[in-house]
Amino acid sequence: MPEREITYAEAVREAMCEEMRLDRDVYFMGEDIGVHCGAFGISAGMLEEFGPDRVIDTPISEAAFVGAGIGSAITGMRPIVELMFSDFMAVCYDQIINQAAKTRYMFGGQAKVPMVIRTPSGGGTGAAAQHSQSLEQMYCHVPGLKVVVPSTPYDAKGLLKSAVRDDNCVIFLEQKLLYCTKGVVPEEGYTIPLGSADVKREGKDLSIITYGRTVQMSLAVAGRLAAEGRSVEVLDLRTLSPLDTDAIIGSVKKTKKAVIVHEAVKFGGFGGEIAATIAGSDAFYCLEAPIKRVGALYSPIPFNPLLERTVLPGEDRIEAAVREIL
Amino acid sequence: MECVVNRLSCACMDESLSDDRELLREMLEKMTVARKFEEKVFELYCKGLLHGTIHLGIGEEAAGVGTAMALAPDDYILVTHRGHGPAIGKGCCVNAMMAEILGKQSGVCCGRGGSMHIADLDKGILDANGIVGANAPIACGAALTIKLRGIKDRVCAAFFGDGAANQGAVHESMNFAAVRGLPVLFCLVNNQYGVSMHISGAMKETDLTKRAIGYGMKSFECDGNDVLAVYETTKEAREYVLREGPCLLVEHTYRTSGHSKSDRNLYRSQEEIAQWEAVNPVARFSNFLLERGLFAREEIDGIDRYSKDAIETAVRLAFAAPDPSTAGAIDDVYA
Repeated sequence: MPEREITYAEAVREAMCEEMRLDRDVYFMGEDIGVHCGAFGISAGMLEEFGPDRVIDTPISEAAFVGAGIGSAITGMRPIVELMFSDFMAVCYDQIINQAAKTRYMFGGQAKVPMVIRTPSGGGTGAAAQHSQSLEQMYCHVPGLKVVVPSTPYDAKGLLKSAVRDDNCVIFLEQKLLYCTKGVVPEEGYTIPLGSADVKREGKDLSIITYGRTVQMSLAVAGRLAAEGRSVEVLDLRTLSPLDTDAIIGSVKKTKKAVIVHEAVKFGGFGGEIAATIAGSDAFYCLEAPIKRVGALYSPIPFNPLLERTVLPGEDRIEAAVREIL
Repeated sequence: MECVVNRLSCACMDESLSDDRELLREMLEKMTVARKFEEKVFELYCKGLLHGTIHLGIGEEAAGVGTAMALAPDDYILVTHRGHGPAIGKGCCVNAMMAEILGKQSGVCCGRGGSMHIADLDKGILDANGIVGANAPIACGAALTIKLRGIKDRVCAAFFGDGAANQGAVHESMNFAAVRGLPVLFCLVNNQYGVSMHISGAMKETDLTKRAIGYGMKSFECDGNDVLAVYETTKEAREYVLREGPCLLVEHTYRTSGHSKSDRNLYRSQEEIAQWEAVNPVARFSNFLLERGLFAREEIDGIDRYSKDAIETAVRLAFAAPDPSTAGAIDDVYA
């Protein structure tokens, strides 16, 4: 029997539906997720299957419904909250940073906040500066949150199911341009543990360490270089917090060269943490070249497609960075 | 929507309440404990024995205790940075509270929260929030759990002040609760100042009950320095929430203590503070019980002595308790 291929968007929906069928405490809440099926059509069919008590359309009121997710999680539910765009996290930053992330610790471990905030992130869609950002590094810096950025439909399903079952607040970032990508996804339920990176392509000459949409770009670059006889490994972090530091260090010790790639702005980005992880470990002694980083230019995302492609990292910039030290 | 102005005062107390001596005793005892607790905390701070900051609610005891006591044991409450009174009203142990304020492992939050964050989930105190207005959305969520699980006789009360009444999160929450019919009791404790700003400087319309109108909610209002008025109005509002959905309860009171430890009262006169101290809820209720012949002087004095002893015991236990182990400094960041 041929393996089933579905899109990233369908994998996200399948994970939510499976968890909602398994656990009555799981419910889904967000803006226009009911009849409208969400801004990206993720929740198609969910209102019909689960009804309005478990697929809850909210007012445009991010602080209220993210906070409500926290309150219901503290009292025993397991909400999946959708923010229509990850940029809107700035509208409810207090609820995420000061509330969800702190509730357990600040009250001496009395409470837990088993909540997933799912949200489309990243650029490439012509949505301009307020609907295109990659802000994952801001959440990685806040103890109490977990941060997941899946790159494939398979990973999206398995990681989202783990996120729903996790007893902490998980920020689950889905890059918009990945929604239509297809991949093999088993119909049966499976989970992928949070905090485990995945080698998407084995190699021995250089490691590209990346996550999210730039995984596919990095694989394309590695494929081209393979034709030249160069062996490039692509390590997909999948989860940024908790971070699989062993996988990073192990890969660099093997290949002795590292290029770190993400779509987020390079300056102050999560790549700095990855570089420091390498430099602070015994992988440092194995390095045969400086660690390189590729990310977006230090700019808001522009509307004009030519300018947007200029600001965001593409295969050309990844390949140039790789060739520089290969 | 209608606003029920409940101008009940001690003078027109429901006769059935006067028969319930245990309830009256508990009210006076909890208010006295709350007062003495905060006076002791302030004393410890002044002596340099207390680390960090404190926000006292001296003068607001009737609002905190009266509201919390009118709720059912299983009801949820979410309090603020000024949460000692309602926490005592809801049954939080003063020994664990004092230990928390002194940062001890035996504190209600194991010394992780301090004075601003005295939550006690076993008592239904879900939150003690240092961000003004931020507990209102969380209260909506607890109420959503109540609704989704079909729990019949439970409400969630969110305490906030006149300062928080201007926060977007509070407005969003009132709208969200109203449109979804969530069992939230929005308890607006109007102590008339947001830190140093009088409500007249913070809002054009100072009738806070009108905040409910825009969200299609009913409001209730009472003298927040009269514990019986607070108790009865909260009971009435709670019944309304169970029956109809969320409502706003405005309790008018006054904080005779400063906003926080650094307050030099530059924004108000000593005369104003003295005027309110004269109608402070603890003395007012004691006098009422005496004048009505409901309690003898010896009984009132006994409650006073008991409360003083309870606080002294709490302080003694807290000072004797160990600090948290530094090995556990980052425990409970994650579940």
